[in-house]
Amino acid sequence: MTYLHNIGTYFLMIKEMFRKPTKWSVMKTLIFKDIDDLIFGSLGIVAFISFFVGGVVTIQTALNIDNPLIPKYLVGFATRQSVILEFAPTFISIIMAGKVGSFITSSIGTMRVTEQIDALEVMGINAINYLVFPKFVAMMLYPFVISIAMFLGILGGMAACIYGGFSTLEDFITGVQLDFNTFHITYAFVKTFVFAFLLATIPSYYGYFMKGGALEVGKASTTSFVWTSVMIILLNYLLTQLMLS
Amino acid sequence: MIEVKDLHKSFGDAHILKGISTVFEKGKTSLVIGQSGSGKTVFLKCLLGLFHPEKGTISYDGKIYSNFSDDEKRNLRAEMGMVFQGSALFDSMTIAENVMFPLRMFTKQSKSEMQDRVNFVLNRVNLSDAHNKMPSEASGGMQKRVAIARAIVNNPKYLFCDEPNSGLDPKTAIVIDNLIQEITDEYNITTIINSHDMNSVMEIGEKIVFLKDGHKAWEGSNKTIFKTDNEAVTGFVYSSELFKKVRQMYLEERQ
Repeated sequence: MTYLHNIGTYFLMIKEMFRKPTKWSVMKTLIFKDIDDLIFGSLGIVAFISFFVGGVVTIQTALNIDNPLIPKYLVGFATRQSVILEFAPTFISIIMAGKVGSFITSSIGTMRVTEQIDALEVMGINAINYLVFPKFVAMMLYPFVISIAMFLGILGGMAACIYGGFSTLEDFITGVQLDFNTFHITYAFVKTFVFAFLLATIPSYYGYFMKGGALEVGKASTTSFVWTSVMIILLNYLLTQLMLS
Repeated sequence: MIEVKDLHKSFGDAHILKGISTVFEKGKTSLVIGQSGSGKTVFLKCLLGLFHPEKGTISYDGKIYSNFSDDEKRNLRAEMGMVFQGSALFDSMTIAENVMFPLRMFTKQSKSEMQDRVNFVLNRVNLSDAHNKMPSEASGGMQKRVAIARAIVNNPKYLFCDEPNSGLDPKTAIVIDNLIQEITDEYNITTIINSHDMNSVMEIGEKIVFLKDGHKAWEGSNKTIFKTDNEAVTGFVYSSELFKKVRQMYLEERQ
């Protein structure tokens, strides 16, 4: 019953997010602030992880291809496929569930604990629209982050491949360009938009409806990370089944 | 004027408010007092529309709140000011931005008009040099004064304060009490304060409603509270030796 109640409350929150909009001049400021916090604030960690994980993917692929009949350019091909299809949209989203998700839950949760949300409600402001909608809009720029993750993942793979001596630059580029299917990009960005929606709304739900004090803010952040990750993995499976099979 | 009739509120099996009826008049500072757990905060949150009572009515200037449309409720809320127990200042904004917030949300004033109004109310609460400070850089007393400034910046008809003196030293508490009373007189606001600070009760309680276990146990003013023999009130108000002596002296003086 609690799960059903939570799911119902979550969808009511989504509905409320689009009702009684906050004045545009105020909302604009909030959106820019959230773009700065959630998108630009995540670029550093995303770039770092993408570059090195791309490198690791390449090294592991290269080390596992020891048959002389398999062409060396397949290292580049495998790196591209891994990074574009799974690593950038899904793996980075799980990391973002920890980074952005816990930031959203703890900031909204702290506002709940310190009665700042009550203050908004007393003033007659739709607190859900005021707090969640800017995060939702900001997260619609998430595909921009994922594009950078894709680029840096492949770049990291290329660097690891060449400097590790696994193949030549020409072979790697040939592999990256081999049998390129543009629908894979569409698939990756559809997933990214869905994950962006989850990353903005699930942590907001756990922050907004939390009860208790400082300890509960920490617990809510952890729960929000767990459920955001679970939903990302589940929807990743469903979308892959729907779009690729 | 706010009129409350037979207000009931429960949370699950816990019946918190059990049929409270009273009237809070315009231009008067009214205090709701009672022990912790007596239902003061729930009562105040019902008046603010944050909790929905199961039974009873709350009327604002003769109009029953539960009959209001969503727009009317929103308009009414724009006429309310609230000072929270913990001040509830937005910690991502400076003090001036906190005070300006209701103006940005509900008025079409230009930035310079808003700035003038913010300067005026911050001067009114003696915080003319704190504009650019963050709430975390302000003391408890300053935060309360900022909360009062934010509550009055939009010229509210109703001002609600939840234990505005909690956590303050006696001197600062008196400053806050006097400020609230002056503002109430000056702008002819209906002010309701939740408190268990007996100094506030004696200083500014033009009307006092005493709650006990969710019931209204007594109603009067700071002038009549000395005379009452109501056991619930005397047990609460005169629990300290100091107030017992004050009451004794008052009664002896009258004889």
